[in-house]
Amino acid sequence: MAIQDHKGIGASVLRKEDRRFITGTGNYTDDIYLTGQTYAAFARSLWASARIDAVPTDKVAAMPGVLAVLTGADMAADGLGGLPCGWTVKSKDGTDMQQPEHPPLAHSMLNYVGDAFALVVAESEHEAAKAARTLEQTIQVTELTPVVSLETAASSPAIHEELSSNLCYEWEIGDKSAAQAAFAQAAHVCELELSNNRLVPNAMEPRSAIAEYSSGSGEFTIHSTSQNPHLLRLILAAFVQLAPEHKVRVIAPDVGGGFGSKIFVYAEEVAVAWASRRLLRPVRWTATRSESFLTDAHGRDHITKAELALDEQAKFLGMRVATKANLGAYLSTFGSAVPTYLYGTLMAGQYATPAIYVEVQGTFTNTCPVDAYRGAGRPEATFVVERLVETAARQLRMDPAELRRRNLIQPDQFPYQTPVALVYDTGNYEASLDKALKLADYAGFERRRREAETHGVLRGIGLSCYIEACGLAPSQLAMDLGAGVGLWESAEIRVNPTGSVSVFTGSHSHGQGHETTFAQVVSQKLGVPFEDVEVVHGDTGRLDFGLGTYGSRSIAVGGSALIRASDKIIAKGKKIAGHLLEAPPDEINFDEGVYSVPTSNQSLTFAEVAFAAYVPNNVPTDEVEPGLAEKAFYDPQNFTYPAGTHICEVEVDPKTGEVRIIKFVAVDDFGEVINPMIVEGQVHGGLTQGIGQALLEHGIYDENGQLLTGSYMDYCMPRADDVPNYVVDMTVTPCTHNPLGVKGCGEAGAIGAPAAVMNAVTRAIGRNDLSMPCTSEKVWHAIQGNAKS
Amino acid sequence: MQISLKVNGEAHQLQIADNALLVDVLRKQLGLTGTHVGCDTSQCGACVVHLDLRSVKSCTLLAAQTDGHEVTTIEGLADGEALHPMQEAFRDHHALQCGFCTPGMILSAIDLAQSATKLTESDVRRGIEGNICRCTGYQNIVAAVLDGARRMKA
Repeated sequence: MAIQDHKGIGASVLRKEDRRFITGTGNYTDDIYLTGQTYAAFARSLWASARIDAVPTDKVAAMPGVLAVLTGADMAADGLGGLPCGWTVKSKDGTDMQQPEHPPLAHSMLNYVGDAFALVVAESEHEAAKAARTLEQTIQVTELTPVVSLETAASSPAIHEELSSNLCYEWEIGDKSAAQAAFAQAAHVCELELSNNRLVPNAMEPRSAIAEYSSGSGEFTIHSTSQNPHLLRLILAAFVQLAPEHKVRVIAPDVGGGFGSKIFVYAEEVAVAWASRRLLRPVRWTATRSESFLTDAHGRDHITKAELALDEQAKFLGMRVATKANLGAYLSTFGSAVPTYLYGTLMAGQYATPAIYVEVQGTFTNTCPVDAYRGAGRPEATFVVERLVETAARQLRMDPAELRRRNLIQPDQFPYQTPVALVYDTGNYEASLDKALKLADYAGFERRRREAETHGVLRGIGLSCYIEACGLAPSQLAMDLGAGVGLWESAEIRVNPTGSVSVFTGSHSHGQGHETTFAQVVSQKLGVPFEDVEVVHGDTGRLDFGLGTYGSRSIAVGGSALIRASDKIIAKGKKIAGHLLEAPPDEINFDEGVYSVPTSNQSLTFAEVAFAAYVPNNVPTDEVEPGLAEKAFYDPQNFTYPAGTHICEVEVDPKTGEVRIIKFVAVDDFGEVINPMIVEGQVHGGLTQGIGQALLEHGIYDENGQLLTGSYMDYCMPRADDVPNYVVDMTVTPCTHNPLGVKGCGEAGAIGAPAAVMNAVTRAIGRNDLSMPCTSEKVWHAIQGNAKS
Repeated sequence: MQISLKVNGEAHQLQIADNALLVDVLRKQLGLTGTHVGCDTSQCGACVVHLDLRSVKSCTLLAAQTDGHEVTTIEGLADGEALHPMQEAFRDHHALQCGFCTPGMILSAIDLAQSATKLTESDVRRGIEGNICRCTGYQNIVAAVLDGARRMKA
């Protein structure tokens, strides 16, 4: 079938949203111009840890163009609340996590470089920035010794005076004594120490917010680069107490990538909204890239000790993992959940390991807060499991693929209860492993390695059999575990009188292409032409409450809500058609956009029924209300579990330490796929971020808490010539508990890739103690046998 | 100061600040918001436009330097409803996701296609090294640039 003939589920339909992006007519937050707008610039801490003694504002307030200098003390005096953390994690002793105060603008302590303590509002961007820089120089502080090292943070003096220590929580999951028993009877124990490097998300569009306050109505309109505008509105109303929820409209227009970093509620959107009411003029702010580096919540940053116990047949008996997770200076919106419920619960991987015990120390340091970044906890878990399994295979001199195969959960074991809380609904891990091995020509690797050796080049191959949990659910379970929000999604389908369809979704698209894929789903379900379905998202003023896009949840949860709403539309359509066709509604068939009665040759099109809903001639409105619009809220019964095998083959030049990826194969099981073209694009992007973590990217603070990698000159983003063409394929086991059979695809690449790359590089050079990112320098030192690697 | 500048075929007499950057004049004075700013160190390429048909980073050029020259932005590529062949290629190969890097990427790609008789994959990967994309992993961009270059010559 030609690419554009079929536009329903399963078709690689070209994207509806592309025309505006390729013609420069997109509408990103910073593109918006409001009459009378003013410019905000934030004054930020130059110190990792300091007490504020005084913020003299007079000199700055008198600078040209400056309209207002608003400090953290002003904000506190206005009664605005702090930024909450949305997930309360409990320590193993049953106590709640320690939670520091998190004022949007610091008023007593500065806790990391970039921590905002004031904003300057001016007539121009330049004047605002100049004044803010001056304020950073004039603030009077007492410098304190910062806590930067994750290794020693828990035992260092508390960075927050109101807390007893830097330990946010000591969390555990799994059965400690069962794991202990497993290790006691092990024939072989494999131990590994790992670090998971801090990453800076780097969506290409910097964060931005524009707020306008109407004194007449008391309403705020806030445009913001948000992955979940309703959550921002909720927090502004319920926690920051800016205004009642119904007086705040948040619009997230075109958003230029998020990768997690735009889920969270930050100081800046709160501050510009507050300032717009103080000044009675619109206030705008867009981050410079330097500000993005300093303040967009970072990702990863773990130190881990892991052990695997195996019996004589190399079957996994047990696993123990102890992790120190860096939470940064404050708890970001979901920062507490990422290294716990999104990490420890994934430690079974694809394997039938009977006993697992995981403990995590979440610790505060004087660094930028850490929160969800593409994969969020699951890349860290996969990295632990897959580096550990690979290491065990090497120690046992077994083929790493064979060791994995021997321990995979088998298709007849589903639903599979893991020892770390999750219940996998379905999967076929051996199918994706076999397909990947074939595509990678795994059997031919030794020949290629010897061939490379004759050219003086080291060659390695590495596997990563990952699993992830997506579409976080169900709400009750999440709330039992400490979540502060439900995890359902909403949809509304409005059928217009002419039969075209407007779809309103609580999911948010910032690159994922929902305007296309969601239209494909509704088009097929209702039998309406693809071109006649419009998807609306990202505006609290236009749709019901929604929970936004993160954790690869949009199609699994938001898409399922679309199906529920569509079912209601069809059911109402049958009532209307029943009156017009003079048959009971339960005898009406609906198929491919046509209502018909099997016992006669009469039928009505979807558009005819839609018209009759609004022009109810011969439709008794006391029995069937006029109009054709339906809402649905879908709460999932379980997570979805995408899984797959990634195989990376590398060449390493021993003279320079340079790593070149020769081939990268990704075989993923995302369940049913709505648009293969878009799904493959998601995999490409995720893989590149995963390869970036393994080879290039590292957010580094020096001992004073200064970010050394604060620009694209020092933080190495993957460029086009750093990555290969990927070989992407799929296997399909449909999700068993949602109506589309879908699992989600947004994060898989970033989850699977780092371990595959590191397994390949360490195999190539014959040394296992290499940390990410394995830069040429690090690899060269390792090849030389130097200790520092 | 005053400059005369042709943008997307239209002549403008503009009063600008001496230190105004070209990207700010395009975005703020002329309302051409298709050109984006993604960094502050001239690395990301979101701001690429054409100055007399060659790609330049408009965040790194003073508007004053463009006096008497001709600038093409992403808004100037399509001919009414008819897209430029490189724009079509980006759409057809799913070479964009969030779209933020796309305008700069397309303008760099056109310059690359115009300055080479025949492009290889590695020419393209090297040629767009000054444009960072965080979404696509570049694979579809490379395919689009190769195809767009072919279409431009057709």
